[in-house]
Amino acid sequence: MKIYLPLDSAAVALGADEIAHAIEKHAHAKGVAVTLVRNGSRGMVWLEPLVEVETLKGRMAFGPMTLADVPALFGDLSAHPKALGLTDDLPWLKAQTRLTFARVGVIDPLSLDDYKAQGGLSGLTRALTMDKAAIVAEVTASGLRGRGGAGFPTGIKWKTVSEAVADRKYIVCNADEGDSATFADRMLMEGDPFTLIEGMAIAGVACGATKGFVYIRSEYPVAIRVMQNAVEIARAAGILGVSVLGSGTAFDMEVRVGAGAYVCGEETSLLNSLEGKRGVVRAKPPLPALQGFMGKPTVVNNVISLASIPVIFEKGAEFYKGFGLGRSRGTIPLQIAGNVKHGGLYEIAFGLTLGEIVDTIAGGTASGRPVKAVQVGGPLGAYFPRALFDTPFGYEEFAGKDGLIGHAGLTVFDDSADMLAQARFAMEFCAIESCGKCTPCRIGAVRGVETVDRIAKGDMAAIPLLTDLCATMKAGSLCALGGFTPYPVLSALSHFPDDFNRMKEAAE
Amino acid sequence: MLDSVATIARVEDILAHHDGMEGALLPILHAIQAEFGHVPQVALPVVAKAMNISRAEAHGVMSFYHDFREEPAGRHVVKLCRAEACQAVGADRVADHAKKVLGLDWHETAKDGSVTLEPIFCLGLCACGPAALIDGKLVGRVDEAKLDSVLEGLK
Repeated sequence: MKIYLPLDSAAVALGADEIAHAIEKHAHAKGVAVTLVRNGSRGMVWLEPLVEVETLKGRMAFGPMTLADVPALFGDLSAHPKALGLTDDLPWLKAQTRLTFARVGVIDPLSLDDYKAQGGLSGLTRALTMDKAAIVAEVTASGLRGRGGAGFPTGIKWKTVSEAVADRKYIVCNADEGDSATFADRMLMEGDPFTLIEGMAIAGVACGATKGFVYIRSEYPVAIRVMQNAVEIARAAGILGVSVLGSGTAFDMEVRVGAGAYVCGEETSLLNSLEGKRGVVRAKPPLPALQGFMGKPTVVNNVISLASIPVIFEKGAEFYKGFGLGRSRGTIPLQIAGNVKHGGLYEIAFGLTLGEIVDTIAGGTASGRPVKAVQVGGPLGAYFPRALFDTPFGYEEFAGKDGLIGHAGLTVFDDSADMLAQARFAMEFCAIESCGKCTPCRIGAVRGVETVDRIAKGDMAAIPLLTDLCATMKAGSLCALGGFTPYPVLSALSHFPDDFNRMKEAAE
Repeated sequence: MLDSVATIARVEDILAHHDGMEGALLPILHAIQAEFGHVPQVALPVVAKAMNISRAEAHGVMSFYHDFREEPAGRHVVKLCRAEACQAVGADRVADHAKKVLGLDWHETAKDGSVTLEPIFCLGLCACGPAALIDGKLVGRVDEAKLDSVLEGLK
């Protein structure tokens, strides 16, 4: 009997380890030989812990599992109280286009055989037959843009590093996924770490870089463990090392752990941290592509950008580019979070409207109350009201509505949310996490909290002051922390003015 | 408690283990904290000398990051997520409850050294919040009752 149960952090946080223990205990008591595979999550977090049992018809899903549901797994499966049917037939999975996440939840994350059986390494194998310029051109042709949030074309960044002349070059994977509502990087690293390794190896070959780093935040203990194991396995199998897959080209990598600083998700701050310094932002130029880690040309890419590379080489740039809308090509792993009925990861081509995502896919709020606001793109993203639910999910489309898609996380709030409190939190968070290098961010965020507090006390004259402060932070900050904190603040203010009108409230 | 001679000897072992590593300061500080539960003051000059940086720079790096502690934490560490996705499902309410039950504010340790309460900004459990990390164990959908039973289990 083969049983799958995720090792994914979300499943573990909902009791997966205890379920695993119970399954083994029951199997032993019943004398049933069970192979328990700890896979990645399928992304349906409301069904976690989700157990799958391999049957002749395919994998059957059961969830959300409790300890009381374990014994029935050893009886008539179709009569199991938590039976959901065949996993592949579940509507949430069926409607997705899983390219980057194709193997997550399907395979044993640390089995290279599983990985290869599902198309793994074919991208790298193909890339090794191409010259550097052709690899870079393929990435450019795919239309892939930085999935970390900035949306910069990945191929152009690679081209700069590839053409730079230096004795050493580096590939740095930004796995400092600090934005609330985002967990795609974590799920990918926990569920299919070899995809990231393969993507980084292709980047190394394309750019002439021989060393890579994955900088993972310390808040992700499971991802750190899985990635470290995967790197060792890949090195032992000759995927990493002095001769990548016997090609004669060297590329090796190391996992590094952050230390709880949100700002290190910003690429120059991350590089300083990696060098063993304070995670303070660097002024650009020089670009990291020319003077990055230790002053050498460095590609800094997000986990999802790099993990999307293997499928582009396996299936071709044209295939990947065929998905999406406008200048947003390919697929995007939406992370649906907060107060939602159906939360989790949903990979789909760009172009769904915000309303389709929130009302249809997520099924509205978990509390059953009306949706008031959706924050898209993490703590630096704008709050969208229902009136903007027709906005299609794409980089330019969201920018056009004074928002951003960021790393594609969506936090849904019901009508009990106080948008003034959310605006205050945005400023408070910026004040806590500011690296301190530039004044608009360091001082502005502190003054921002005070100004919101004045508004909360009914001082309406503080509203233009807040708007003015936001304009200064936006224009004058060195990086996105100070520069984008105004997005949640101003969007809360402009879309939900009633929440800022405390004077009226007091008068009533 | 180790005396400073024993502490320094262990720090030197850690430094030797990281010899030749590029940008080794964070991995070294993580290793020291894993060893001692905090970064002892006596360790910093030793680390600074080995890295060829000033003591002020070493302190500057250590104090920049939220993870590194100057003092040992309580026997149990309760970290509650304060980020937006958890706020949307009641994290502030759970945090207020925790503060009341434990009699602690953020970053405080109980007088008897039993527990430390800390905020954390995102564990990537945003679709099953409010989230917590209690003695290194991830916990999802934390409400007041669940928190009470977890805290009871720590006693």
